[in-house]
Amino acid sequence: MIKFFPSFISKVMNVLFRGRRSIRLGVYGPPNGGKTTLANRIAKDWLGEEVGTVSPIPHETREINVKERITVRSGRKELTFNLFDTPGIATKIDYEDFLKHGLKEKEAKKRAKEATKGVIEAIKWLDNVDAVIVVLDATKDPLSQVNLTIIGNLAARKIPVLIVGNKIDLKKAKIKKIEAAFPQYSVVGVSAKYGTKIDEFYDELLNIFR
Amino acid sequence: MLTLEFVPYDEIATMSSIGRIRKLLNIAKKDKIVLLEGRLKKEEEAELIKTTMEEINEEFKGIELEVIYPVKSNADFITKLKTNFVDFIAGNRLGLTIIGPSSIVKAIKKDPTKIQLLAQELKNKRKKRKK
Repeated sequence: MIKFFPSFISKVMNVLFRGRRSIRLGVYGPPNGGKTTLANRIAKDWLGEEVGTVSPIPHETREINVKERITVRSGRKELTFNLFDTPGIATKIDYEDFLKHGLKEKEAKKRAKEATKGVIEAIKWLDNVDAVIVVLDATKDPLSQVNLTIIGNLAARKIPVLIVGNKIDLKKAKIKKIEAAFPQYSVVGVSAKYGTKIDEFYDELLNIFR
Repeated sequence: MLTLEFVPYDEIATMSSIGRIRKLLNIAKKDKIVLLEGRLKKEEEAELIKTTMEEINEEFKGIELEVIYPVKSNADFITKLKTNFVDFIAGNRLGLTIIGPSSIVKAIKKDPTKIQLLAQELKNKRKKRKK
């Protein structure tokens, strides 16, 4: 009876306040796809603040960054969420790769260690998100195993997904390739860096997650 | 020289998820390329990546992972139905999973008819020197 009571109260509270709860919106993807650039774009557009720093060196985001209570509006539609910008998911991390970007050995090793922890955290957090934006670099092959594993895991957990093909400002970007790779999902092409087609992204976000 | 180790699905069929991941990762950590008959569950793939990250150090830099699965996500309804039936009967035996240590395998590229396994140049050079 004692054990039952707290869970009963929790259920009642959930029913009473269901409509007011912010959804936990995760931003997932491989490294350097532009997750933090997009998260910054969203947070800046609707809160006036940034979520994290961006860098051309992979694994710049090595821990989960959160921005709470972001409300996106378009017409009569509105969506409030807590945004979780996650580290890029990779199957390998070699500190020597960071040396090529000009980091010193000690710094590179530290970054590699933090990056491995970041990947672990990002995977663990798959169980804590209600909806996910998967950010893919539209200039790269969308059918990489990491992408398939991320999207497959979200599907297995029945988590709604919006796929963003980022970097459409680049000539090599091919949104059609992403659409063909994941025909069962909505795909929006954007340039998070320059804000290109960002309104289409917000409309789709409201259509899918609201 | 590249060493490939074939793992029949029967060898992992009765194992727990952790046991499967441990077995496959142990082979990869011995600098061998794993050819697993069939595929892991999606949750196991994520767990494999997580475990790989936990074990990365200066010697072991991670893995290259690729799953070749005969049915595309945009296949027609009948093909999907057939595949689901085979999956139901045979478990996840369809397809092939390749796991290679990233110190040896630079990348695995796949298309419907062939698999390209690109070996690390540095490793080859070292081996050539040894010879």
